[in-house]
Amino acid sequence: MIRDITIGQYYQTDSVLHRLDPRTKLMGTLVFIVSMFLADSWIGYAVSAAYLAMIIRLSHVPVGFIVRGLKAVMILLLISVSFNLFLTAGEHEILSFWIIHITWEGVQQAVFMAVRLIFLIMGSSLMTLTTTPNQLTDGLETGLGWMKKIHVPVHEISMMMSIALRFIPILVDETDKIMKAQMARGADFESGNLIERAKALVPILVPLFVSSVRRATDLAMAMEARCYHGGENRTRMKPLRYAGRDRLGYLVMAVYLGLMIALRSLL
Amino acid sequence: MGIIKAIKLTYDYIKRDEEGSPTGVNRAVDHVDIDIASGEFVAVLGHNGSGKSTLAKHMNALLLPTEGTIWVGEKDTADEDNLWDVRRMAGMVFQNPDNQIIGTVVEEDVGFGPENIGVPTEEIWKRVDESLEAVGMTAYRYHSPNKLSGGQKQRVAIAGVMAMRPQCIVLDEPTAMLDPNGRREVLRTVRELNRQEHITVVLITHYMEEVIEADRVIVMDDGRIVMEGTPAEVFGRTDEMKRYRLDVPQVTELAWELKKDGLPLSDGILRIDQFVDEIMAVYRETGR
Repeated sequence: MIRDITIGQYYQTDSVLHRLDPRTKLMGTLVFIVSMFLADSWIGYAVSAAYLAMIIRLSHVPVGFIVRGLKAVMILLLISVSFNLFLTAGEHEILSFWIIHITWEGVQQAVFMAVRLIFLIMGSSLMTLTTTPNQLTDGLETGLGWMKKIHVPVHEISMMMSIALRFIPILVDETDKIMKAQMARGADFESGNLIERAKALVPILVPLFVSSVRRATDLAMAMEARCYHGGENRTRMKPLRYAGRDRLGYLVMAVYLGLMIALRSLL
Repeated sequence: MGIIKAIKLTYDYIKRDEEGSPTGVNRAVDHVDIDIASGEFVAVLGHNGSGKSTLAKHMNALLLPTEGTIWVGEKDTADEDNLWDVRRMAGMVFQNPDNQIIGTVVEEDVGFGPENIGVPTEEIWKRVDESLEAVGMTAYRYHSPNKLSGGQKQRVAIAGVMAMRPQCIVLDEPTAMLDPNGRREVLRTVRELNRQEHITVVLITHYMEEVIEADRVIVMDDGRIVMEGTPAEVFGRTDEMKRYRLDVPQVTELAWELKKDGLPLSDGILRIDQFVDEIMAVYRETGR
């Protein structure tokens, strides 16, 4: 059961979106998020829906797979929809009962909010669905390289991220092993109330923590033995290079963003 | 002067109490002299706490001597300017296969070392191809290291070191966490590198079977070198080995016991076929 944990789920297939440079995709996600906050009319939402549909089609990821990702935020979605639905003041009252007042403006606001949230989540999950975690960290490192000038340790952060990704399965295995070892000694993780269960986790967390510190020491030594000395004078085995499709991608993004800005200021 | 040479190498671990103030010293390596020639296969034997791993870490400048000097490729490891040259010259493979693989894909891990020393991209790819070929892991290049067996992981680690084009590989108990199959796999790889690529090998171990193929065996006890010689010479002194709490291969021990009982066998028999030959010779001569 513990093995089912996946971080940043990646959908393995071949598509233009998969082959796009991770920096382009990062920028694309950012543009899409910004555009969602620019949209304030039915036409605006229609345009971004069309844009999103086009990208999903390009990604070759089944729509059902993306929609499933929405389950996790269902509660958040319901809360924000109901807030908007019941608490928006307006002139055209549709329903009035006791303290509940639903206005036409409220309905409109709630629908917009729901659409906005759904689009945001679908748009950004497309990023992780089409990019391997490795490409993602590479993209962040190269794309945010300029931040080194303001002393943000970009290389170190991305190195930490990729090492964390490498060690997640190992630590999951280890947790499994420790749990079994403690169960063999009579530990009980399945019964009792919430507090008792949380307490039962202590004998798992302590050894796990100790062993990860030990692993970290070993790994640091192994990295040093292989001449690791930070990001300076380091070359790359797989350098990121923009291709023609990336230029096209940026162009599409620019056109879309321009259209969204135009729609907002004109309507 | 050999590729690795140490004179009066001494290393103290400082024991500390809970406040961090020193309470005593633990001498892990005690006035060790070694001289390893280029292309040699040297095995360092010793039971736990004999100082063999501490010695190994000096060969890669991971530890610096408290006293004495160690040169790797004629460079003094204590000089900070030599640090990266020393680490490039002498690659190191560690015990735990999981804790030394950095990449999330096999080929990326092999490329990690060359990336660090600033090798141009095309050259990295060439080296990665060659190193994976040399350890026989080319078929697994796109795999995740997590899905490999222990022996395969150690071979990837060896490839990662090879990609830095070292002249010497120091292996610190590379087989301690492996099953017998994995152990054979790793040893075969190490032997091939030594014979075909003429890489100097320093193998730290406590498995006797791994030592038989070495050109020279160094036995350590309590931080000192106590025995040195070819495997036959060292194992021939079976009673001495036992004093250092070390086993000898089963067949060597059997031959040694028989010899004690008066059978005219030679010292330091390492292989079963050699043992059988000698026993047969004795049988034909004496008719017993």
